[in-house]
Amino acid sequence: MPATFFIATLVFYFIGTGFFLAYLLRRSEALSNVSLGVTAVGFVTHTLALLTRMLEAGQVALASFHEAMSFFSWALVLVFLFVEFRHRIHVLGSFILPLALISLLSAAALPKEVPTLEPVLKTVWVHVTLSMLGTVGFAVAFVAGIMYVIQDGLLKSKRFNVLYSKLPPLDFLDRLNQQSIVMGFPLLTLGIIAGALSAEFARGSYLSWNPEQLWALVTWLFYFVVLMGRLTVGWRAKRAAYLTIIGFAGVVLTFIGVVMKAHGAVA
Amino acid sequence: MNVIAVGLSHKTAPVEVRERLAVPESRLGEALHRLCAYQGIKEGVLLSTCNRVEVYAVVDDVDAGFARVQEFLADTHLSLSSEQLTPHLYWHTDGRAISHLFRVAASLDSMVVGEPQILGQLKDAFEASLTHKASGVVLNKLLQKAISAAKRVRTETKIAETAVSVSYAAVELAKKIFSNLNEKTVLLVGAGEMAKLAAKHLINNGVQRVMITTRNPQGAIELAQRFNGTSIPFDEFRRAMSEADIVLCSTGAAHYLIGTSDVEDAIRRRMNRPIFLIDISVPRNIEPAVKDIDNAFLFDIDDLEMRVEQNREERRREAVKAEGMIEEEVAASLQWLKSLDVTPTIVALRKRAEDIKQAEIDKAMARLGHLSTEERSAIEGLASAIVNKLLHGPLVTLKTEANSAGSSMYVEAAKRFFGLEAGPDAAALPAKRRPAKDEEGTAAPGRAPVVAMQQRDPGEPEHKRA
Repeated sequence: MPATFFIATLVFYFIGTGFFLAYLLRRSEALSNVSLGVTAVGFVTHTLALLTRMLEAGQVALASFHEAMSFFSWALVLVFLFVEFRHRIHVLGSFILPLALISLLSAAALPKEVPTLEPVLKTVWVHVTLSMLGTVGFAVAFVAGIMYVIQDGLLKSKRFNVLYSKLPPLDFLDRLNQQSIVMGFPLLTLGIIAGALSAEFARGSYLSWNPEQLWALVTWLFYFVVLMGRLTVGWRAKRAAYLTIIGFAGVVLTFIGVVMKAHGAVA
Repeated sequence: MNVIAVGLSHKTAPVEVRERLAVPESRLGEALHRLCAYQGIKEGVLLSTCNRVEVYAVVDDVDAGFARVQEFLADTHLSLSSEQLTPHLYWHTDGRAISHLFRVAASLDSMVVGEPQILGQLKDAFEASLTHKASGVVLNKLLQKAISAAKRVRTETKIAETAVSVSYAAVELAKKIFSNLNEKTVLLVGAGEMAKLAAKHLINNGVQRVMITTRNPQGAIELAQRFNGTSIPFDEFRRAMSEADIVLCSTGAAHYLIGTSDVEDAIRRRMNRPIFLIDISVPRNIEPAVKDIDNAFLFDIDDLEMRVEQNREERRREAVKAEGMIEEEVAASLQWLKSLDVTPTIVALRKRAEDIKQAEIDKAMARLGHLSTEERSAIEGLASAIVNKLLHGPLVTLKTEANSAGSSMYVEAAKRFFGLEAGPDAAALPAKRRPAKDEEGTAAPGRAPVVAMQQRDPGEPEHKRA
């Protein structure tokens, strides 16, 4: 069952991405409803995939990288649907859906079996959930940053093309960027704390000073500085956009590093 | 019976002629009475705006009708003669008249294609004709159709969506930088006309706080009163830039008033919040290099003109789509107009009666089973007698009224009474009936006067409600 729902979700997100990209490049607004409909259906099958997997496993299935990536993709689409519902910014889908599709594809590429966890690791899902939700915030900030840089460039070069007409106002993007970080950062912080506690229980040490952990701390520190810079000395607009793009690249590298090292279960 | 359209517009007549022909709203009733008093003019609608004066009429004879309407137009002003008008007038009959009406309504014939006022003005003209009973079955239907076709064009194309004036293009750009203009502050530097117009548009679009500076302090104070803003001494305006989200610059100065260092300084004090600078002055008053500063968005008059030109292009593209829609609508209306002739109605009425009679006879025969020839012919005779007696009155009336002024009314009535709507399946569905006047038929009361000169900038787009 979960596998079927998972495949269905992949197909829906694939089609949704296609429609959203076509929407981005065409003058007409007509495609937005189709894209949105396909995405919404995909989101439903995705939710079912996650739930049935947990029911079958009899545990909160958020321990393996496959599960984490799938959850990340799901939360990303959730946030998109929420923003879309409130602000009707269809074009956001043209940027977020590809990202959701990529993370779901990477989930598909990772080992799918439900890991059998040692009792001390039963609560590792708290760490995964919080970290992934925090990362979703950074991903949205990243997308808002990319959209900001594009719109900024189009306005500066006075190229009033289809993309220009579809992208939202600059200050909307800047606000979206800010709100995403403001929400993502505390979640990631809690996620890191939960991870450290899990590690303490499992191994007796909060930190094993391995490169991935260090890299994760550097990323955390980076976002901390970005957030403080915005709140105190006005690192907003274009600078914030660039910084959040760089930051997310760091997040992705960290994740790849962790996966490469562990190839399997989080621990 | 024919429909004609006679008139002149910005395309055919200079303003000196148009202004003399324009009929103020207060005299519209009198003018309509005068129009309908002419021999052979059965219905009339008079559309008078600052860009066009035209008469739509239903007449018995086309040539006589043209002559009467021309006479009518010449009579509206003492200093005009019929001959003087001739070179400026256009004349359309039937299909072309309807097509002209529809294109005018859809703003395809306007000076600024897609401008929204004309539809309101046409509704007012229609309203006036209804009030003074100058229009009848034919023009009522055609105007309703023209108005609904225009609405269709407005919702199904983007003809009225984009800004086609420089001052409005500034608003459109501002909305791509700031999502909510309500919380934004405008700084108006200098009192150039275009900048004032742009400021007015920005205020209409929500901007609440306006700061004004001019070299002449008195001018700034006066403008501040007009825009409900605050005046700032000219030598201090650069400091005020840190509070301004939008700077509108339009002075007669021959040099740069705002340099890169001024903008850099303002942005620093704004903590990097973007600033939108519009320089409508020639020669320019804002140093062009400002455009390279991060978070500063500088647009000069050429940039705005370019944007307007792109939007015009877009409107032209949309106008092509609109023309197609209008063609469809005109064809449908023409079809209806043709059906108003008496003869086809009589034929249709007879056929309808014959069909009903035959159907009922067949039903009766089937139920009665075997009958003798005599019995059969008695039943058939009975049915024919009823049908013929019942139709006698309507048929005679239609024939006698065929050439009278009210013929179209009788034809329309007969079609409604007997369910003779065009199309073969209409007879089978007599219940399918449209209300005599749908909601588009009448304009909202209390609309601005028909001939009032345009208050809004025609370049201002009309935003669709979602």
